[in-house]
Amino acid sequence: MIANAPFLLVGLLFLGGMIAIFMEKNLVKIAIAISVIGSSVNLFLVALGYRNGGTVPIHYMAGENTVMVLPTPQAMTLTAIVIALATTALLLSLIMLVYRHYGTLDIDEIRRLRG
Amino acid sequence: MNPLSVVVRTVCDLFAWFMIVFGVNVLLHGYVTPGGGFQGGAIIATFTAFLLVAYGGKRVAARVNNKLFDLFEEIGLIVFFILAFLGFPITFFFNFMARPLAESASGILPGVGTVALMSAAVGLEVTGALSLIILTMHKGIRMFKVEPLEQETGHER
Amino acid sequence: MKKTVFIAAAILLGAFITGALDVVHPFGDPLEVPMDDYFIANALNDISAENIVTAIVFDYRGFDTIGEAAVLFTALTAVSVLLREGRKKP
Repeated sequence: MIANAPFLLVGLLFLGGMIAIFMEKNLVKIAIAISVIGSSVNLFLVALGYRNGGTVPIHYMAGENTVMVLPTPQAMTLTAIVIALATTALLLSLIMLVYRHYGTLDIDEIRRLRG
Repeated sequence: MNPLSVVVRTVCDLFAWFMIVFGVNVLLHGYVTPGGGFQGGAIIATFTAFLLVAYGGKRVAARVNNKLFDLFEEIGLIVFFILAFLGFPITFFFNFMARPLAESASGILPGVGTVALMSAAVGLEVTGALSLIILTMHKGIRMFKVEPLEQETGHER
Repeated sequence: MKKTVFIAAAILLGAFITGALDVVHPFGDPLEVPMDDYFIANALNDISAENIVTAIVFDYRGFDTIGEAAVLFTALTAVSVLLREGRKKP
């Protein structure tokens, strides 16, 4: 079980992000926790494709070694990072609009005002 | 926002243009070294963020032309789609310029074919899109005096 | 009362996630991967690409890159519509 340490680290980051979403009251801190969850899933994708004794999957830098790590999860992670960036940009724009309309960023106050 | 002190402004003058050169290096050698289109485009987009932090919002918004980044993004997407349609008699996304390893040393274009050209087009598009997102979100803070489109509600109770 | 319910739910979620991630596969020993073995063996001979990751992103799985470029474009359009300017005071 201690040999699977990268997978357990992914679970720890995911759990920390979920606890922060439940317990926080500020909208910007909830947005930061959502970004942490996205990063933990990207780490899981890259850690899935490791081979013991493998090297970087580029022929120019591999040299004599012919055992390479899997290149497909790395290609998928590139796409996932860009999509998480687009989601975060839209989320922060909506938070700016909420602040301009209600005047506060506390979720208990926003639920009570109902403007 | 106000411009920061003279130390930050001097460091910005020294390093901002160097980051564009480094980003173009990562972008163009995408088929040999690690990197490629998306990574190089993100490095070039930190040029805009650097200027915005060091010089303040009012000076940057007065001098930077929004239409330049708009042109980058549109040209990048159009070139990408034209390159995808050019391999049409065989299939939609065919790499029609690729040559196997034995005869790839001749000619101007490298043996990879459309991989290098598509990588450059996507890098141009990512540069324009990220810079425009940063500039638009900064202008939306409404530091300047404009009249809002609707009245502020939520203060009655 | 509310805090104890939250702490119990967090411990339950942590135990479930740890138990699930432990049995995916042993770290460093992926099981059957025929697609990646084909990519590693044939990318240099077919299109003479030295960077296998770039060849996968732009040639073997290029449809995903089209979708990602479209997502970036849509995000930029949506942000610039949400943050429009009002009329300037005369």
